[in-house]
Amino acid sequence: MYSQALNTKDTAAADASPDADRFQARIDAEERIEPNDWMPEAYRRTLIRQISQHAHSEVVGMLPEGNWITRAPSLRRKAALLAKVQDEGGHGLYLYSAAETLGVSREELTDQLLSGRAKYSSIFNYPTLSWADIGTIGWLVDGAAIMNQIPLCRCSFGPYARAMIRVCREESFHQRQGYEIMLTLCRGTPEQKAMAQDALNRWWWPCLMMFGPPDTESAHSDTSMRWKIKRFTNDALRQKFVDATVPQGQFLGLTFPDPELRLDEASGHWQFGTIDWDEFRRVLAGNGPCNRDRLTARQKAHAEGAWVRDAALAHAAKQQRKAA
Amino acid sequence: MAEGRTPLWEVFVRARNGLAHKHVGSVHAADAAMALQAARDVYTRRGEGLSLWVVPSNAIVASDPSDRGMLFEPTGSKIYRHPTFYEVPEDVGHM
Repeated sequence: MYSQALNTKDTAAADASPDADRFQARIDAEERIEPNDWMPEAYRRTLIRQISQHAHSEVVGMLPEGNWITRAPSLRRKAALLAKVQDEGGHGLYLYSAAETLGVSREELTDQLLSGRAKYSSIFNYPTLSWADIGTIGWLVDGAAIMNQIPLCRCSFGPYARAMIRVCREESFHQRQGYEIMLTLCRGTPEQKAMAQDALNRWWWPCLMMFGPPDTESAHSDTSMRWKIKRFTNDALRQKFVDATVPQGQFLGLTFPDPELRLDEASGHWQFGTIDWDEFRRVLAGNGPCNRDRLTARQKAHAEGAWVRDAALAHAAKQQRKAA
Repeated sequence: MAEGRTPLWEVFVRARNGLAHKHVGSVHAADAAMALQAARDVYTRRGEGLSLWVVPSNAIVASDPSDRGMLFEPTGSKIYRHPTFYEVPEDVGHM
């Protein structure tokens, strides 16, 4: 679903070597870097971190929506939600594979998530309290994800870019199914519309935080831009998202929970109020409403699946011995 | 719990008959049958293919990127391997 610009500090490379110069020249010429090519260690580290955080986000992102599968209001909605959650799992797997081409193992990545060392998108630490939250996640969370991910299809690292192309193709269904849920609720009874409004109120600001800290605070953006891992700054993407989303919300007849939101005629952009970055940091540091639940759910699933993984490997080893 | 590593497989999908199998990514699986099942679930959820190959990743032998020049540059100067190198008068028609 989504890669968050977490901007973890990294002692970025002022790598000055002929190899590094050649590498930068290739990037500047829009050449793609493939796994076996020479690359600066910091480029490798940055990508492993970003791609694995992205993969973890997809996997953890299955939890808030999975919460509603058994309570979907119709078979049609249920089938769509199941397919969507399955897609998120698939996206996680494409991305883990891409990260592994950089020399990190799947077991290591899983361990980073389960031990709480790895980060994932802060948005999944919020609860899904009503069916309208499923609509809002599809419309806003996946909408924000698409904004972020489309430029990643041109990322300088080939396997990541290729995975993102697949992800983006599938993500558009997610956003449309979410918007359709919102539209149905907004055209329904007053109670249903109130439910949609309540969900928007709760999700709007956390969605704006998905794009990461403001450009003035992101020490890391420059290197990522120079390496063409990132093509737009956090603030630029956030603005694009707000501009695209506000008219969609107006069409639904909903009100955004931001009294300062207004169209700036001169620039054509929607101006919005101040984001509560303390909340963002709190959630990222592990103190959001659902951080513990999410991690516990992943740990439990992993632990309870251990016997299946062990049995599959034992069976494979036995078959091999028989064949030998 | 001493958990072994689950082997990695490269996945190839034939989109339709008449096309070659194309590399699409990889999956982890204990054996070939499970690799096929996982590849089907991960890479063909929307009618992307009619046929799947899974190949143990460690069975692939790859050329070294640093040999790229030695291996592939020599053909750059061999323009006589291309049809446009040869002149045929227009009167002869399409050839």
